[in-house]
Amino acid sequence: MAAGVATWMPFARAAAVGWLPLAQQTMPKPPVDKTSRSDEILFVNVSGLRFQTWKNTLDRYPDTLLGSSEKEFFYNEETQEYFFDRDPEMFRHILNFFRTGKLHYPRHECIQAFEEELAFYGIIPEIIGDCCMEEYRDRKKENQERLAEDTEAENAGDAPLPPDATLRDKLWRAFENPHTSTMALVFYYVTGFFIAVSVIANVVETVPCRPLKGSVKDLPCGEKFSVAFSCLDTACVLIFSCEYLMRLYAAPSRCDFARSVMSVIDVVAILPFYIGLVMPENEEVSGAFVTLRVFRVFRIFKFSRHSQGLRILGCTLQACASELGFLLFSLTMAVIIFATVMFYAEKGTKGTTFSSIPASFWYTIVTMTTLGYGDMVPDSIAGKIFGSICSLSGVLVIALPVPVIVSNFARIYHQNQRADKMRAQQKVRQARIRMAKKGATNAFLQHKEDGGLQGGDSDSTALCVKNRSAFEHQHHHLLQCLEKTTNHEFTDEVTYSEVCMMDSVGFRTSRSTSLSSQQGATTTCCSRRSKRRAIRLANSTVSVSRGSVQELATLHITKTPVGTQYPQSRSNLNARTEDLKLNCDDYTAAIISIPTPPANTPDESLPNSPAIPGILRNSRSSTYNTQETVKISSL
Amino acid sequence: MHTHIHTLNQSHTHTLCVAVNMGLVMGTFSMQSNKQDRTYRKDKIDDDFDMSIVCHRPEGLDKLEAQTNFSKRELQVLYRGFKNECPSGVVNEDTFKQIYAQFFPHGDASTYAHYLFNAFDSAHSGSITFEDFVMALSTLLRGSVREKLTWTFNLYDINRDGYINKEEMTDIVRAIYDMMGKYTYPALKTDTPKQHVDAFFQKMDKNRDGVVTLDEFLLSCQEDENIMRSLQLFENVI
Repeated sequence: MAAGVATWMPFARAAAVGWLPLAQQTMPKPPVDKTSRSDEILFVNVSGLRFQTWKNTLDRYPDTLLGSSEKEFFYNEETQEYFFDRDPEMFRHILNFFRTGKLHYPRHECIQAFEEELAFYGIIPEIIGDCCMEEYRDRKKENQERLAEDTEAENAGDAPLPPDATLRDKLWRAFENPHTSTMALVFYYVTGFFIAVSVIANVVETVPCRPLKGSVKDLPCGEKFSVAFSCLDTACVLIFSCEYLMRLYAAPSRCDFARSVMSVIDVVAILPFYIGLVMPENEEVSGAFVTLRVFRVFRIFKFSRHSQGLRILGCTLQACASELGFLLFSLTMAVIIFATVMFYAEKGTKGTTFSSIPASFWYTIVTMTTLGYGDMVPDSIAGKIFGSICSLSGVLVIALPVPVIVSNFARIYHQNQRADKMRAQQKVRQARIRMAKKGATNAFLQHKEDGGLQGGDSDSTALCVKNRSAFEHQHHHLLQCLEKTTNHEFTDEVTYSEVCMMDSVGFRTSRSTSLSSQQGATTTCCSRRSKRRAIRLANSTVSVSRGSVQELATLHITKTPVGTQYPQSRSNLNARTEDLKLNCDDYTAAIISIPTPPANTPDESLPNSPAIPGILRNSRSSTYNTQETVKISSL
Repeated sequence: MHTHIHTLNQSHTHTLCVAVNMGLVMGTFSMQSNKQDRTYRKDKIDDDFDMSIVCHRPEGLDKLEAQTNFSKRELQVLYRGFKNECPSGVVNEDTFKQIYAQFFPHGDASTYAHYLFNAFDSAHSGSITFEDFVMALSTLLRGSVREKLTWTFNLYDINRDGYINKEEMTDIVRAIYDMMGKYTYPALKTDTPKQHVDAFFQKMDKNRDGVVTLDEFLLSCQEDENIMRSLQLFENVI
């Protein structure tokens, strides 16, 4: 709806007639629209596809390329049209934005191409309509993620080390990317082998071997060949400890490394051995020691350095932590409910296995996961009914979060696949690009040798581009009329609060009296505004030094015609700052701000030097423009 | 035993038949009511739909040209802009307020927009058509001094009784000051509108009877040079 503010401008200005009888001052002169032609059809040629539109349509958004005077750069005198060497398909959407006020994102287009077109025509993508915004955002995020991955993969460490790398760096490189050097590869495989050996040894230890001579009972191999196994274990632990220490030494950030998951696994894998060494051979504590041996099985997790699939699984579980948590929570709830119900249902049965509610937990879990061991079976009818409900609901509860976990796994897996593919393709791509570049430079050198470069380009006359927009003229005039009617002026919050403060402290600003004597000047409102700007630049403490205003009045003005001038700036629709462009014909004020020291001199009366009124007259501060432009354009 | 079952079967089928009958009856009832509901709902939706696409087409270009002081070209430009913004051909009060508020972002323009709306909507239909729009613009931009002042008088005279009293004027002036917003220089005091109104009445109310009639208004404005000069400013807005 808020598209064509410019369309309603004549209406708003006409309505200003209603203020006239109330006005206590004369109205300022309206801007003369020198360039006003009656509405005409413009021809826009985009790579051969000819578009036609009313000039008014394009003028609706003066902050874009097509709406401002920037399009004059593309005007072709011979064919009397504006020529753009851009994508004609995309231009359709751009033009529709001007026509309807809504920007749509074409789904089949590449998002980067679309954004580039928008940037060229000076339209910010944030104004895409609600209908297309979600799609745009999703695609953009996907694109950014992909780009981030690519840059990460590039920076990942396949590039050769700088020549001044220390031993530490080299060691770290060898550990992180084993395929970079032969030694690293050997080390990688050796550790992998020993991990496997250690795990197998732990497993085989418990297998029953043939008993010793003269004994009947079967012995576990671990006790029969205890020396061999303990040697093997010691060797493995030594190797693992060496590896861990080397990694710790080589790590660029030891704290981070110590905190990482892999190092924790390493520590947990080798710790039991050392604890066992330290602890004495005591019967009491040997129970605990045996428990510690369980942790040896964690050595198998060391394989995750060697296997990407394991890492992906770990990532997936991490990513699906919330789903898993939900699964666990809902299972727990269901288990408790059904266990309670089953316990009370089976309470009457004689000799029932459902001895307590916690004992029923086992039955509930086995039933919900559809295992059904059969060690606990309900006898009563009620028990059987509830048991069947339990198994049915179990299937549902477990089936719900599983698809989420699966899809997460698939996504992460594909990401990894893509990273690997990219790495492989990058090498080929870079090689081809290098060849092309070499070819080009060779050709250039050849050309230079042959004939030498041609001389410089022709002079281009500097065109004086008029940067004002008729819309802005008219709007400012309208606001000025309102000011005249009410005998008050627009200011901004900062100045307002300062003025309030100053008034409350009781300073009678002679500024106002000196200014009121300038009623005759046509543009006194401007002078007051510049003063306000000067006040704002002054120190905003309560004890404002009046003399500071004088210092601030070093405004450079050259020449300004009587008619009000409004420098137009090409600002974004959400612009926060503006640059004042210098016009060829008109000069604008550049306000120099000088920081003033706080001074406590109250009654220094302002010398009403003629310089100040002369300087301040006909100046135009940019704050006024900034506020208006920003506010209107943000619609 | 056998016969027992048989009779059981019979009674079963009997009850089944009855049940089916009941079901059919209930079904038809609900279907009918459903249908009614559906038609009612459909009508309602159709109504809403119809209302949203109601189109007001203005009278012919020639007629408008005769009634206003605009040329055909200007009317074309005006209508194109109007139609683009309001495809349905009418502007209701909320939209009007929104549009006007865009020009005065500092303060609250809704009250003044309300009075403006009433002034534009000469037929008091609750919405402004293109004819209303263009007639008012014609008066304001191309009309004679008398016409412009009469329009302004009608704007100020909120209750259209032919007199402007102090309350009406205070409302208007307060609405105008609302548009200025909070941050002004010098700061707005609470009695600023009242002072303004007093000054206005001082000037306009010739016989000091507390109200301003159209003639007093016209006379006083024509005496004031400032106002006369300002009235010429908006000639070339379009």
